[in-house]
Amino acid sequence: MALRRTAKSRTAEFGSLYRGREGQWSWIAHRVTGVAIILFLFAHVVDTALVGWGPNAYNRVIAVYRNPFIRLLELGLVAAVIYHALNGIRIMVIDFWPKANDVNRQLIYATTGIFVLSMIPISFIIVTPIVEKYFFTFPSWWPF
Amino acid sequence: MAIDTERPKTPHRKDSLGTGLPYRAGRQRPGKGGEFWWWVFMRVSGILLLFLAVGHVLIMHVVGSGVDRVNFAFVALRWRSPFWRTWDWLLLSLALIHGVNGLRVISLDYIRRPGLRIAVNWLFNFTGVILFALGSIVVFTFDPSKWPGTGT
Repeated sequence: MALRRTAKSRTAEFGSLYRGREGQWSWIAHRVTGVAIILFLFAHVVDTALVGWGPNAYNRVIAVYRNPFIRLLELGLVAAVIYHALNGIRIMVIDFWPKANDVNRQLIYATTGIFVLSMIPISFIIVTPIVEKYFFTFPSWWPF
Repeated sequence: MAIDTERPKTPHRKDSLGTGLPYRAGRQRPGKGGEFWWWVFMRVSGILLLFLAVGHVLIMHVVGSGVDRVNFAFVALRWRSPFWRTWDWLLLSLALIHGVNGLRVISLDYIRRPGLRIAVNWLFNFTGVILFALGSIVVFTFDPSKWPGTGT
């Protein structure tokens, strides 16, 4: 009960953590992508460490990455790393140059824009082999 | 960020949400102690990880047919170079510390019971230390000549 009272009075005193606009969404996205990356990293250190147990062990575990569903998760991982990196740059710009906070909203749209633009070719590069393996072959002019 | 912010004696004229601080005051920086050094570490490691992590992801997952080409022989060839061993070890250590500290910062916001929070963070730290040891040993002791004919 004591905990509940503390929580309530904190909210009354400082307001909620959530301000409901672009800044809130970039803050949530930074946390979600960060947690996703560290949880993957925990597993990824173990699967990479198997290289120390020889080719049989390593090649067997790395074959998991050839699975088309895992490929989509891989695309998500690449997206998470790139978003976290771009948004991290924005956070540091604001930390070290407080005047930039006046254009925080514009900076958020800029990082989101760069993120979306960079994910377009990357998505085609990662998804094209899955489509070619399971669905159809792209014509020769297809750039990916 | 779970940082104690001092409320100013007289609220700012553009008071935001009753904090006494202006809406555009920006993010409060932890002033002193361990929390300040973690703040510094997150930014320094963040800048390094911009190159280490983004470079790693682009090299291993995007260019040159991505993970399709990754197998034991690929790693054996790559780790012949001390450059890539150093790269991978730096990425391992910085990403683990950056990530585990990130989890700690998030836990301060969502786990209010101190005992539970300490237990959860102990689990994260323990996982981080074990994986750091495992990864470091493999990066520095890996020797493909133990499996002749399979490496390069």
